[in-house]
Amino acid sequence: MSSEGDLLHVVTNDNIPEGRKRFGRAIIWGTAGLTALVGGLQFLQATGQAEFGFANWRPTLYAFCTWAVALCWGQVLINGEHGKRTLFVLPAAIFVAALTIFPLLFGLIIAFSDWNLSSPTGRQFNGLDNIRQMWTDPFYWNALWNMVLYSLAILVEYAIAFGLALLLNAQIRARKFFRVAFLLPLMLSPVAVSWMIGKSMLEARYGPLSRLARFLGVENPSFFGSPEIARATIMVMDAWTYIPFMMIMILAGLQAIPKELNEAAKVDGANGWRNFWEVTFPLMLPVSITAILIRIIFKLKLADVVINVTSGGPGGATDTVTSFIFREYRERSNVGYGTLLAFVYLVVIVIAMTILMKLADRWMRPRT
Amino acid sequence: MTATTQIFRDSEADRRHRAKWWTSRIAIYGVLILWTVICLFPIYWTITTSFKMAPNVMKGNMVPWVDYQPAWLGWRSLGLSPDTIGNESTVRAEFMKRFLNSAVISVTSSALAVALGSLAAYGLSRFNYRFGFMKNADISFFFLSQLILPPVVLALPFLVLYRELALLDTRVGLILLYTLSVLPIVIWIMRDQFGSIPTELEEAALVDGLSIWGAFATIILPIALPGMVAAFILSLVLTWNEYFFAALLTSTYANTLPVMVASQTGSQGISWWSMAALSFAAILPLIVIGVVLEKYIIKGMAAGAVK
Repeated sequence: MSSEGDLLHVVTNDNIPEGRKRFGRAIIWGTAGLTALVGGLQFLQATGQAEFGFANWRPTLYAFCTWAVALCWGQVLINGEHGKRTLFVLPAAIFVAALTIFPLLFGLIIAFSDWNLSSPTGRQFNGLDNIRQMWTDPFYWNALWNMVLYSLAILVEYAIAFGLALLLNAQIRARKFFRVAFLLPLMLSPVAVSWMIGKSMLEARYGPLSRLARFLGVENPSFFGSPEIARATIMVMDAWTYIPFMMIMILAGLQAIPKELNEAAKVDGANGWRNFWEVTFPLMLPVSITAILIRIIFKLKLADVVINVTSGGPGGATDTVTSFIFREYRERSNVGYGTLLAFVYLVVIVIAMTILMKLADRWMRPRT
Repeated sequence: MTATTQIFRDSEADRRHRAKWWTSRIAIYGVLILWTVICLFPIYWTITTSFKMAPNVMKGNMVPWVDYQPAWLGWRSLGLSPDTIGNESTVRAEFMKRFLNSAVISVTSSALAVALGSLAAYGLSRFNYRFGFMKNADISFFFLSQLILPPVVLALPFLVLYRELALLDTRVGLILLYTLSVLPIVIWIMRDQFGSIPTELEEAALVDGLSIWGAFATIILPIALPGMVAAFILSLVLTWNEYFFAALLTSTYANTLPVMVASQTGSQGISWWSMAALSFAAILPLIVIGVVLEKYIIKGMAAGAVK
């Protein structure tokens, strides 16, 4: 980003009367005061110091919404043309900030408390107890380790996706048909996929894939019996859904490579194999890394398939962090411990992604 | 002189070349068709299973009319077969309710995300901002970093917050969360989109006396429309399929279709054919979207991949 001014130069001659500015400031601060007042009153009621007859926290929410609207409107009133520019970004910024920062701060409080939603005692601070419990919870560490394994499977997905993209980029007929067919798995809801593949096609007695396995000589095929096979099955199902995603990104990258480069390499006597490794692949490196990073981000959210097909079994072998916390909440409705696990996961993810992005940055630079 | 002697004949090298060409063709189409089968077979299996009866499932029949006689069994249990479509059906009412919930929630949240995200992306691509210490690059990073935030981190705090705000099990609650979750993707796509539109267009419009919002609405929006459609479709796919938040935050009133499908898989008594019918009904809208609007989905996903 350049710092010397806007990309789009607008000469404005704003003559904003002092009264309008004062009105703008008044509505912003007025609604802010209103929000604080309502919030304060509700807080008093929630802590039991007074009774105002609020049924829930909705009034505070409404007050906050008026403040958000007043803030946007006030920008135009106070700053004129500049305010109108701010208005492009401000709604989205308020929306995201309100929906992430506050819940995250609130979540921090929950994370250090013992809070069972169904118990009448309510929330109780328990300091570091949740962390101690996490430290000795083998299932959580197992779920974290599973995430590493699941993420490593992305390399195989990437290889397959790259191959398919190369095929789609070759001189073929009916390209559109193949593209649509390859794209379809991505459109399907993971929950439906978990029934379609996980529950019916992989069913041990009647599922077509079990029949295929028996036909190929496997006795008693069981796709969710042993931990290793169950994990591999989940990986395959997730790959089936998301390979199209990487394939499309790589295909877009392939189509952006100028044809002359490959032709020049051919003239210089490179065969197909060398042409790929020395021209196409290096040129595709930035796109590949973007695709893999985004895919890792998506993979770290993996849960739907696991929840619906194996619900973590056998013995937590297929658990992802998300599905583990989901079950933790469903079975014990312990919000506090679950939130702490989620926050630890977030910290791990942020650190890991930062390292990965730094590495990718360094890796990409000398080659391109 | 007879015409039988060939004057030009392929040299040995040419013939070898052609043989190689044919083998590569066969290999390419072989792999393509194999992968097509891998992609389409589960869908085919689901459709055919929804017309099977119990013995057909046990015997593993695959091809309708050849292996087995299609029956409306699965669809009848959903109340969607021709002979039951006129009757009252609680399952169908339930299904329609879930379907409507899914449609309303996904369309509203996608529209909201595209509106908010396009405005933000436009602003970020044209002006320099300074909110406190945050400049443009920081604001962009603030938006895009939401992508890393796993849903599970927000899930439990939202559960508690929504309980206090009486937003649990409401459509509004889900819409807000879904908008939040697709917003970074929309901003990602639209930033790319607006970046490729030259600023001279707006400059000309401004000289002609339009305001900045007027120029945005009349000049830029029509040009950026394909990108917005791409972002909208992609958001629609993601929000329609979302399961995790819906499973946690809704119970009876605002359930979406994936939650209904998932709740059926758990119960033991449910039969394959009705489950297949339900799954297929749940994925059908997206299959249609995928086939008809494939161009936009690919465009949306390719944006940002290539700089």
